[in-house]
Amino acid sequence: MADGQDPRKLVEVSGLKMHFPIYAGILRKQVGTVKAVDDVTFDIYEGETLGLVGESGCGKSTAGRAILRLYDPTSGSIVIDGKEIAHLEGEALRNLRPTMQMIFQDPQASLNPRMTVGSIIAEPLLEHHAMKPKDRRARVLELMDAVGLNREFASRYPHEFSGGQRQRIGIARALALNPKFIVCDEPIAALDVSIQAQVVNLLEDLQEQFGLTYLFISHDLSMVRHLATRVAVMYLGKIVELAPRDALYADPKHPYTQALLSAVPNPDPDSVPQNRIILNGDVPSPTNPPKGCNFCTRCPKVMDICREKDPAWLDLGQGRYAACHLLEDA
Amino acid sequence: MTDAPATVTLLQETRHRSLWSDVWAQYRTHKGAMLGTFIFVFIILLTIFGPYIHDADPQFLDIRNKNAGMSWAHPMGTDNLGRDMFAQVLYGGRTSLAVGITAMLLSLVVGTFVGVLAGYFRRLDGPLMRLTDLFLALPLLPLLLVIIMLFRDTLRAAFGPETGIFLLIVFVIGITSWMQTARIVRGDVLALKEREFVLAARSIGTPPRRIILRHVMPNILSPIMVSATLGVANAIITESALSFLGLGFPSDFPTWGRLLFDGANFMTLTPARVIWPGLAISLTVLSVNFMGDGLRDALDPRIRGR
Repeated sequence: MADGQDPRKLVEVSGLKMHFPIYAGILRKQVGTVKAVDDVTFDIYEGETLGLVGESGCGKSTAGRAILRLYDPTSGSIVIDGKEIAHLEGEALRNLRPTMQMIFQDPQASLNPRMTVGSIIAEPLLEHHAMKPKDRRARVLELMDAVGLNREFASRYPHEFSGGQRQRIGIARALALNPKFIVCDEPIAALDVSIQAQVVNLLEDLQEQFGLTYLFISHDLSMVRHLATRVAVMYLGKIVELAPRDALYADPKHPYTQALLSAVPNPDPDSVPQNRIILNGDVPSPTNPPKGCNFCTRCPKVMDICREKDPAWLDLGQGRYAACHLLEDA
Repeated sequence: MTDAPATVTLLQETRHRSLWSDVWAQYRTHKGAMLGTFIFVFIILLTIFGPYIHDADPQFLDIRNKNAGMSWAHPMGTDNLGRDMFAQVLYGGRTSLAVGITAMLLSLVVGTFVGVLAGYFRRLDGPLMRLTDLFLALPLLPLLLVIIMLFRDTLRAAFGPETGIFLLIVFVIGITSWMQTARIVRGDVLALKEREFVLAARSIGTPPRRIILRHVMPNILSPIMVSATLGVANAIITESALSFLGLGFPSDFPTWGRLLFDGANFMTLTPARVIWPGLAISLTVLSVNFMGDGLRDALDPRIRGR
């Protein structure tokens, strides 16, 4: 996708910040902020899959939700399909909802236990299209076919299904409005391995069939490698590196990406020499990130400047970006 | 080939399976709920049609037959003024049940409304919950005294003595018993609105009012049901306390609570005067409780069909 004729940018996120205030004490005074997403900038091209990886608590999901305006971002701009949505409210935002949808991590929690599968998938249609009940039902059944669910399941309840089937219900709901952009928030993390493959293949098929654009949030690096066209690596609320998939996996530039990739288990440990980069210590608290580079407390290649100055977002050419002082001289 | 038609009809059936027929099918399997329903319906029919069958006048004084035991003429005996107890229990049931059910509905509606708003809209949470605390902190009996003193005569003039006092009592019981429901509902809504399916509904663009109706309300049915069944009992008992204080219905107007309190003075002489109204209250409360239990189970798709 990234090569060839200039692809259109579908999603443009710049300077996105999502800070959550912390209140404490009797007077509920604000004593600090959790900087869950802190100044994140990236674009997603039409038809591509951008993988967003990082360890637990680094702000991946928050970023995904903020982009879909499920949170009110603290600052920054989000342009989806040519429309700025970061500060839209009410009806204006509601009218743009069909363009962007979300697939959730926990298929059990993301389906209302008191609604039948048919009515769960019909909800987006009910909200956004004036359809006759008969047409709506036909569309629901069509969607169930598209995600590989038996039509007879329409009148059943979510608890009657397995994890993989529930995720298919969630996917059908996300597809109902013919969205262009779908945020997949760890859609396979709660599934077992054989089902993961099915769901990932389904996502790929649907992308091809409907020309979808994905933001694929995951901590599973091998799955991202399989699925993504470009990969963004997040650490403590910031994107540290963004590169086309093959380039990133072959030659990671940022020390954090290097450490992360070295931790991927190898199916044949004897075939390649093991030189894992072991990171010491814990991720600093997002309420009080370190001065300078966020990664300076754990970076194996830390320099004096890292503790002083926040590294700039560098364009390394060929669609690669990273934020690290090591790369500034090069 | 022989299987094919059978399969087709089966599929047709599942397609037309409606929610309410499912709920009813599950409700019928709940033995306690069915027993409760029979008893409750029986009590209601008895209070409605009973006075036509046992046509003794509950106000008729027959001093010569005072404190009588059970007999064919007086199935529940008579009180110290010779009035027929059975007729009084039947007439009293009309009032007690009407007060209990209406007051419960009123407190349920107010409590759920306040609870849902406080739980869902963070901005309303503080003010509404402080209002709830305020109502909880009010000394109930002095408040009731004041309200009834202030409004009894105006309402009596406007709606007639019985309807007026009925409205007043229902209102008073309703607005002094919604707080527990509101607190429970708020807690449940707070937990529910962080669930992913509510987030999913927001990502679809469902407006808050429909999220509340479609996703929140059906999932807080169990605490509401429990509050409702307890509320009936509470309302009947509060009404009797009011009657006992002389603030409820007039003294010649029997209710179960009033009969119970009047009978309490004669407990050693004629224990039946306490037992019968007490039994009526207990049976009603118990049967409503079982019905609520069964209804709650029947409305939960995870339990239904097991």
